[in-house]
Amino acid sequence: MKIVLRNLKLVHPLQNFDDEMKDILIVDGVIEKIGSLTKQETDNAKELDFTGKVAAPGFFDMHVHLREPGREDEETVVTGCDASAAGGFTGIACMPNTEPAIDSAEVIELIKKKAKGHLVDVYPIAAATVNRKGEVISPMAELHEAGAVGFSDDGAPIKTASIVKRALEYSKMYNLPIIEHCEEETLAGGAMNESINSTLLGLTPIPSVAEDLIVMRDIMLAEYTGGKVHIAHISTKNAVELVRQAKHKGLNVTAEVTPHHFTLTDDSLKTYDTNYKMNPPLRTRADVDAILEGLKDGTIDCIASDHAPHSIEEKEAEFEYAPNGIIGLETQIGIAMTELYHKKILPFQIIVEKFAVNPRKILNLMVPLFQKGEKANLTILDPDEIWTVDISKFRSKSINSPFDKRLLTGKSVAVVNNKKMFYKNEMLEI
Amino acid sequence: MPLSSRHLLGLQGVPKEDIQLILDTATTFREVLERPVKKVPTLQGKTIVNLFYENSTRTRISFELAQKRLSADTVNFSISTSSVSKGETFKDTIRNIEAMKVDMVVVRHAAAGTPLYLTKLCDANIINAGDGIHEHPTQALLDIYSIHEKLGRLAGLKVCIVGDVAHSRVALSNIFGLKTMGAEVSVCGPSTMIPRQIEELGVKVYYNIDEAIQANDVLNVLRIQLERKAREYFPSLREYSNYFGITEERLEKNGKDILILHPGPINRGVEISSGVADGNRQIILQQVTNGVAVRMAVLYLLGTMN
Repeated sequence: MKIVLRNLKLVHPLQNFDDEMKDILIVDGVIEKIGSLTKQETDNAKELDFTGKVAAPGFFDMHVHLREPGREDEETVVTGCDASAAGGFTGIACMPNTEPAIDSAEVIELIKKKAKGHLVDVYPIAAATVNRKGEVISPMAELHEAGAVGFSDDGAPIKTASIVKRALEYSKMYNLPIIEHCEEETLAGGAMNESINSTLLGLTPIPSVAEDLIVMRDIMLAEYTGGKVHIAHISTKNAVELVRQAKHKGLNVTAEVTPHHFTLTDDSLKTYDTNYKMNPPLRTRADVDAILEGLKDGTIDCIASDHAPHSIEEKEAEFEYAPNGIIGLETQIGIAMTELYHKKILPFQIIVEKFAVNPRKILNLMVPLFQKGEKANLTILDPDEIWTVDISKFRSKSINSPFDKRLLTGKSVAVVNNKKMFYKNEMLEI
Repeated sequence: MPLSSRHLLGLQGVPKEDIQLILDTATTFREVLERPVKKVPTLQGKTIVNLFYENSTRTRISFELAQKRLSADTVNFSISTSSVSKGETFKDTIRNIEAMKVDMVVVRHAAAGTPLYLTKLCDANIINAGDGIHEHPTQALLDIYSIHEKLGRLAGLKVCIVGDVAHSRVALSNIFGLKTMGAEVSVCGPSTMIPRQIEELGVKVYYNIDEAIQANDVLNVLRIQLERKAREYFPSLREYSNYFGITEERLEKNGKDILILHPGPINRGVEISSGVADGNRQIILQQVTNGVAVRMAVLYLLGTMN
């Protein structure tokens, strides 16, 4: 099967392309040629015109909760993959806080089986400790062999420093990162960030120092062990500074941020809308500014959604009783383009780097290239399309998003991977 | 002039005119309470649900009495008799109650923000009878009413809220209401019980109770809520009592005529000594009486709006 994608501008942080529009010929899911094509080459090919659009290596979200196994009412591997494709992603890493947790090769096999044949590649992150309890490290060698790309007890931090140390030492054998949810548990447990707003709203506070302490603990343990630490969903000013210092020292420390943490502040909670309840909580303007600075200077390596589906029944509750988390797969490119690209915080190429290149590097995955013989794995964006978020159109099984009805500029218009293309709301075999 | 909102969710943002109207109306009802027949037909035919998700004796009784004296039909729904334990969601419970055609809901709930959430789920007038550690507007209104009744003014008065300010819904409502009425508000308590950045609300902070007594006209002494894990925030009851407890000796030492309020129920010998609690500076029982009048005023003003 042949397909020609016409008139694309190519942006790839690891390759150099000029601004000229190019055609891409894909045969049986593999890039055959890039540039101008002869009539003969395009014989019998399906043709799609993308004038004004940009092709980038397929975007990758390294922090997704697929909820399967355990909470298939909220999301499944397949609906999560559908949401990823619709949102502009060709690859995702899924978090292990399922029921049962991803702490055995069997659960990894189950997820891989469910994802098989989809456009979106799914890479499981396994639990760092057995059943995420923080007592004994998980069978990392076996999990690695089964396909785990990192280890995390996400949803909670790894409980004790001694287990973090052991996990870092052990995972180092396979060069896999320990992905940490940073929250000192004796300080945490509240409903929102500690600030004047928590006082005004009467909500139990989570101090920002709860995050800073675990970031500091893990950085020091990364230094001591030589292991690889990735800070998930960074949200505080001090945490950004700690990661910056760690990088200056040359430590194996990386960090991701969610779109909501670089866009919203705890001012949003004034309506007690549970779609603003997440963990880490929304912080203050000073934290958001520090995060934007961290994105600019490279302290924060990548953007990830922390896509966390929750049922309506659970989210439609008294604020303090509602679960933490929002979905983000289908909004994050729009938010990043609106808040970072159009507001001139980051150039387009750096946004591509943070979505497509860096997450794969952290997880030791190959970055798809634009060249003959490479598997076609790409995201096509319209940087200027103005659109309105509509939760009723989400492919995700859940709708817990605070961005409903938000006007955004910039959108993924198509993704290509695994001999499939998602375009105009349709999954095409190519 | 009616109130500017059809709900009373808190005192944050409530205009001075509204508070003044409630206080003035309460004065009228206060007189009713002195009559031999303490009942008026004002809310006849109105149905009010008292939705208490959290234990409360005095606030519920005060509301119930106020409702009965306004001739409203009242139903009590409390957690022990509710369907909550059967797993029904809050939303479903509210939908069911609304289907029974109620006019007003008085709600007490452990989760902050629940009264606001209620306004989105049903059409009734909502009155917050305390939500978590957020607000308790009728308590603050009765405190303000009682201060005004005793001292004849609010503007320029110096009022200090003493105790566990961080875990008190009474404190926040008092701060907003008193400041709106022109009083100068301060707080005093162990630093672990004073919320971060409270100064941003225009509130002075004292960590020394003697200084607070000297600088103020009124002390509103909060109850140490022993059931709310409050005890983890200070070393011992003894230390709290020694350093922040209001005692006669302390008041004498500072040689000052000061008005003492307490929302009750009091922990004698902890935040307040028996001598002070029964002494001639306090108006604790007048607050209780005024509470009924103030709640009558709120119910009347909201219940006759639509």
